[in-house]
Amino acid sequence: MFVINCPYCGEREQSEFKAGGEAHIVRPKQPTELSDDQWAEYLFMRKNIKGVQFERWVHTHGCRKWFNMVRDTSNDEIKAVYKMGEKPPTK
Amino acid sequence: MTKNLRVKTSKFIDETYKISFKFNGKTYYGFKGDTLASALLANDIHLVGRSFKYHRPRGIMSAGSEEPNAIVQLHNNSSRTEPNVRATEIEIYEGLEATSQNCWPSVNFDIGGINNFLSPILPAGFYYKTFMWPASFWEKYEYFIRKSAGLGKSPTEADPDVYEHKYIHCDVLIIGAGISGIMAAKTSAKNGFKTLLVDEKHYLGGSTIYQNSDHYKINNQVSSSWLEKEINEIKKIENLEIKTRTSVAAFHGYNFLLARENLTDHLPVDQRNNKTRQRLLKIRAKKVITATGSLERPLIFNNNDRPGILLCSAINKYANLFGVACGEKNILFTNNDTAYETAINLFNKGINVEAIIDNREEIDSKLIKDAEKYNIKIYKGYTVVNTSGYKRINKVSIMQLSKDGQKVVGSKTSIACDCLGISGGWTPAVHLFTQSGGKLKFRDEDQVFIPDIYPSDQISIGSCNGDFTLDEILVDLPKTLKKFLNLKITDYENLEVKSSFNKSKRNIWLLPSDKAIGKTKSFVDYQNDATAKDIKLALREGFRSIEHVKRYTTTGMGTDQGKLGNMHALGIISETSNSKMGELGTTTFRPPYTPLTFGTIVGRNVGEYFDVFRKTPIHDWHVQNKAKFENVGQWKRAWYYPKDNESMHDAVQRESKAARDSAGILDASTLGKIDIQGTDASEFLNRVYTNAWSKLAIGKCRYGLMLNEDGMVYDDGVTTRLDENHYIMTTTTGGAATVLGKLEDYLQTEWPELDVYLTSVTDHYATISVCGPNSKKIVSRVIPDLDLSDENFPHMSFKNTKIDKIKCRVMRISFTGEHSYEINIQANYGKSVWEKCMEAGKEFNITPYGTETMHLLRAEKGFIIVGQDTDATVTPIDLQMDWIVSKKKYDFIGKRSLYRSDTIRDDRKQLVGLLTENPDEVLEEGAQIVADINKSPVEMLGHVTSSYYSPNLNKSIALGVVKGGKKMMGQRLIVPMENKKINVIVADPVFLDKENKRLNA
Amino acid sequence: MKNKYSFFTLLKNAFSYHENWEKAWKDPEPKKEYEVVIIGGGGHGLATAYYLAKKHNLKNIAVVEKGWIGGGNTGRNTTIIRSNYLWDASAGLYDHALKIWEGLSQELNYNVMFSQRGVMNLAHNLQDVRDLKRRTHANRLNGIDAVYLNTEEVKKFCPIINTSPDIRYPVLGGTLQKRAGTARHDAVAWGYARGADQMGVDIIQNCEVKGIKRNGNEVEGIETTKGFIKTKKIGVVAAGHSSVIANMAGLRLPLESKPLQALVSEPVKPIIDTVVMSNAVHAYVSQSDKGELVIGAGTDDYISYSQKGSHEIVEGTLSAILELYPIFSRMRMLRQWGGIVDICPDASPIISKTTIKGLYFNCGWGTGGFKATPGSGDLFAHTIANDEPHKLNAAFNINRFVSGDLVDEHGAAAVAH
Repeated sequence: MFVINCPYCGEREQSEFKAGGEAHIVRPKQPTELSDDQWAEYLFMRKNIKGVQFERWVHTHGCRKWFNMVRDTSNDEIKAVYKMGEKPPTK
Repeated sequence: MTKNLRVKTSKFIDETYKISFKFNGKTYYGFKGDTLASALLANDIHLVGRSFKYHRPRGIMSAGSEEPNAIVQLHNNSSRTEPNVRATEIEIYEGLEATSQNCWPSVNFDIGGINNFLSPILPAGFYYKTFMWPASFWEKYEYFIRKSAGLGKSPTEADPDVYEHKYIHCDVLIIGAGISGIMAAKTSAKNGFKTLLVDEKHYLGGSTIYQNSDHYKINNQVSSSWLEKEINEIKKIENLEIKTRTSVAAFHGYNFLLARENLTDHLPVDQRNNKTRQRLLKIRAKKVITATGSLERPLIFNNNDRPGILLCSAINKYANLFGVACGEKNILFTNNDTAYETAINLFNKGINVEAIIDNREEIDSKLIKDAEKYNIKIYKGYTVVNTSGYKRINKVSIMQLSKDGQKVVGSKTSIACDCLGISGGWTPAVHLFTQSGGKLKFRDEDQVFIPDIYPSDQISIGSCNGDFTLDEILVDLPKTLKKFLNLKITDYENLEVKSSFNKSKRNIWLLPSDKAIGKTKSFVDYQNDATAKDIKLALREGFRSIEHVKRYTTTGMGTDQGKLGNMHALGIISETSNSKMGELGTTTFRPPYTPLTFGTIVGRNVGEYFDVFRKTPIHDWHVQNKAKFENVGQWKRAWYYPKDNESMHDAVQRESKAARDSAGILDASTLGKIDIQGTDASEFLNRVYTNAWSKLAIGKCRYGLMLNEDGMVYDDGVTTRLDENHYIMTTTTGGAATVLGKLEDYLQTEWPELDVYLTSVTDHYATISVCGPNSKKIVSRVIPDLDLSDENFPHMSFKNTKIDKIKCRVMRISFTGEHSYEINIQANYGKSVWEKCMEAGKEFNITPYGTETMHLLRAEKGFIIVGQDTDATVTPIDLQMDWIVSKKKYDFIGKRSLYRSDTIRDDRKQLVGLLTENPDEVLEEGAQIVADINKSPVEMLGHVTSSYYSPNLNKSIALGVVKGGKKMMGQRLIVPMENKKINVIVADPVFLDKENKRLNA
Repeated sequence: MKNKYSFFTLLKNAFSYHENWEKAWKDPEPKKEYEVVIIGGGGHGLATAYYLAKKHNLKNIAVVEKGWIGGGNTGRNTTIIRSNYLWDASAGLYDHALKIWEGLSQELNYNVMFSQRGVMNLAHNLQDVRDLKRRTHANRLNGIDAVYLNTEEVKKFCPIINTSPDIRYPVLGGTLQKRAGTARHDAVAWGYARGADQMGVDIIQNCEVKGIKRNGNEVEGIETTKGFIKTKKIGVVAAGHSSVIANMAGLRLPLESKPLQALVSEPVKPIIDTVVMSNAVHAYVSQSDKGELVIGAGTDDYISYSQKGSHEIVEGTLSAILELYPIFSRMRMLRQWGGIVDICPDASPIISKTTIKGLYFNCGWGTGGFKATPGSGDLFAHTIANDEPHKLNAAFNINRFVSGDLVDEHGAAAVAH
């Protein structure tokens, strides 16, 4: 049970949030131009990283804002959170 | 006549408060302050239960939560019965009734004891090697195996007690109120930290509080007196909360801990009603100080499990704290100084110690010298090689250890006894630390695992950190606390400490015997009957990892989770396989530390609080009118309204007919409603629905279909354009929350440039749908000012209006195919408007109908229900709804997926109507559809998704999905049931009024 | 067979105090080269190696395991075995496995304690009823024993279920597959390991794969903590860690690895003698031979390799258990643990070739892989040996995520996996 520092509300219990999977997968601007393979890459294929992962979370039972998180999936340590549209922290 | 082994009075026992209790049907007495174990011992009862596998007689071994043997069933055959309760933990109360477990007919004579004689053919893992012949017999063998396994009995009645949860946020949590915990609590609280101190016992002070001995002094006071003063002081500190009878069960990441607070288990049963039994504390601590102490290790030798064999520290505690002697002829067997401390204490209480058998050859400490003064015979360099006495130990056999400790030499001596104390040194209680993700290191000098790397803001102090002696603890503690809490000074600088305890220990994991190991039974896990030779067998068979050995031998898998024996198992593995302890690693300590009642974990989330009931504003009316309800998500929806003794079928037929013949009324308040505003609202809808929205005129409604990005139908509903930049979207009842979530996701993450605001208004409105040929007349009476003419208020349009000055929205939309109106009004007026409609519709026989009739009516029109006629494998094309998929729009959610090689196939399962050849035969929803029943394997073409008997068409109708169904119109297919085949004809899914004449009727 | 297990050999060995039993499997150092290397020594991986040796006559096979065999999801699951799946492809796959289960103890000469005590799936709302009936009809036509039960029949089969109409989500009915049941999870790994070992398979424990060496589009071998091992065929059966291995080969898979938790109660005398699963009131329970109630919880929604899940899930599961079995309120949770499950978007597995020659994946079993162990091993062995799928696993190829031809058990059935 993590404590998540929502960029809008501050520290809250994990139970207030929902995870949304890998971050920075941008929906293709022109899906019709993609091959089936390319579309499948967007739709289904994931890095599913063991280690430091960039991922999306939403404060469902709070401000309902989506934001990004950097988390080590091997031990669930949260390294950083940042708002949608912000540049991911480099270190 | 049972003996009374109560010795000198103890201040922890109130001898003026006598308590009677029953054990195995017989009445005994104890005193307030006793545990069941101490009270039994005072009555000279050691034999408490039978072991898991061999049904060997077992007694009380310990005085705490590590107890493997003395576990009982409480209050057999009552609603408060409880299996596997440790006699060492339960405080006695008036009316306590305990019985022995895992024995039949009684603990004294147990048929299962035969297993002990069969033990040669029941080594570890024997069941993997046999019971395979004949193949079909396993379940018969298993029946008997299951019967003899298990310990106590599950309750068979509902629990009369209640449980609750409490959240606690504190600066510092201290686990364990022994001397280290008390000092830490005082230091933390006095420095302004909001502090919580918890301990599983009902008293504070741990083992120091009864360490009433000249051998332990702090600032020249006996340690127990010094500590007592400290305890009295901390009780006065304001920002310190102390919780006793509170056991920390789990230490999760981010300093989130779960603790169980026992509130009534120590009270007489008749005083428990209307009280919370246990409370689960959910603790979020900024800092955690673990001071959980250490557990005394047993020694592993042949027949080390008999009743009357206890840990030395337990014997000491029973004497000092409870004033009870565990025996009259005591022998202590040790590899360290603990036994001497016990011996001296026993002598001071007038309890005789016959001998001390010490593994060590050369020993020299103040304690030992003192013990020698009492003329105790000390056998140095000896070990116990066997014990005897079936239901109570009566003799030990000892021999001298070889120099290397690997074998025994010389001759065997026997000494009579009725109690044997054993001490194998101490193991830090690091369970919670490792649960939290902490990494251990192995300290070779005394063969213990101690905390090494902390994963969160926490420390371990005292003996759970491997500091076993009083001086070690007290000298280091102030420094540790200052650093951890960032303080300049504590109350405990330069304490003068005297401790006679010498740390020397001769660690031999498995003590040698004069017998071959194959002939011995040296128990490592007492409860599960795992012996040293079982561990060696596992290693011999190639199980190398500690986890393998544990699983193969079941070591450490009992209700005590191997608190006593796990270290020895590791030690024996390490010795046998020549590997280093530190490299073997430990098994994972899994939560909870001590077993946790399901009721406590669940708290109040049971029965009516299991899940939220969502009720519409009109719910009470439905109840008053005897509606039957259906669960749809968390909602209670009126399902049908039986009149008199009507069956569901009859009610639905009546309701359906009334709705088409005259007027029906439906509570549609549960439909999800999302208010959408912003200059880009239309564009937003274009992107989330399959059809186009920009050209929808203000005041008009449109049906929309929403897909998942994988192209499959996700939700549907009517959306109304209230204004240029304002829409109200309806969703399915079950989909409301997820649709909103999905829309927000896209809006915030993919299209943040859109100026759109989403608000869920589902609960804000009551929605009443009035349908049927007389609906216009009824609505005109309810809202006389509203122009209901088809020209001014045509199908698929909306009006703002008022009912008795209350604003409302009326949509002319229809899910039944009838002329119908949907009134949306502020929720708290819902019921009165509904009643108004009923009143206005009286002369038209307005008939309330529920979800079942709604489903029937829409099926007659071939309208789908998402989730019933679709699953997550259906595209809009499959639904024959090509008309709703915009070809012009560049993109919408799911569009690209509609053009993948599989989704463009034209022989996918497609929605069709189905008519049975026999019009009275109603298909079963979920039934499969085939073309050729004789084909093997049978090819299933699809299934029936919706099916009803239509009173308006006087025949059975059904919807289904069928492979290539679009091209099968008029074809005959078969619905094979278990005992018959039903012929069906593929038909148009619109069964009634294909021309939509009724909409304007 | 040397080192045969039977009541007779048990008795014989009793006379020598069981000191003459041989190793169930050896502990070899890796050779330089193998025909096939299986990555992952869980039940599926060991079964794959077993069937490669047994049915495809391959002699030079290794299983490399990062930790100890059977230490992942094989030893962490709730051991439910059933084949009452909706879609033809799934039914074919899981019933193939179930048929092997029925003779597995004898085949392996290792008692895996497959116990056909039946599995019930409960319906709690009208859509559940439709879905379960749909599945039952499909099962019947696919030759799988499954029947639909009404509430009274549910109660009769498992009397301790609270079937009162007054509970929050009353039991409206259920399905029963009598051939379904449970098995002893560890024994499956150990039995296959012993069987494979006897046919010459090298089971190499404590050997972590660090890299996959490729020559163009072909695999050449694996880098491990015990050195480089040359091979032309690699079968990856790494469950939650599948993506980690895939990333080494430069592949992405449609997987997310999530925490799945389970727990057991203290052991008690027999109280429930079947397996009951409920999706709407999310919980499943059975009782082990030892007497513990074995209770499964759901997955968390975030990716994690920590083998820990959130307490909320445990709380929710037990609250569902008490809703259906109020008599268990005073029972106590003895142990709780987590595994890492790799989940495909359609909740069906992948048993497939990849775009890289010689690299095969068997993954995506999500929360329900244990039941498929023997079938999965058999079909994966076939796929590796022939470089093409068996007809029973053809539908479970990776390409389905491109074509859209998913096997969506997830969205199509009200069934907990």
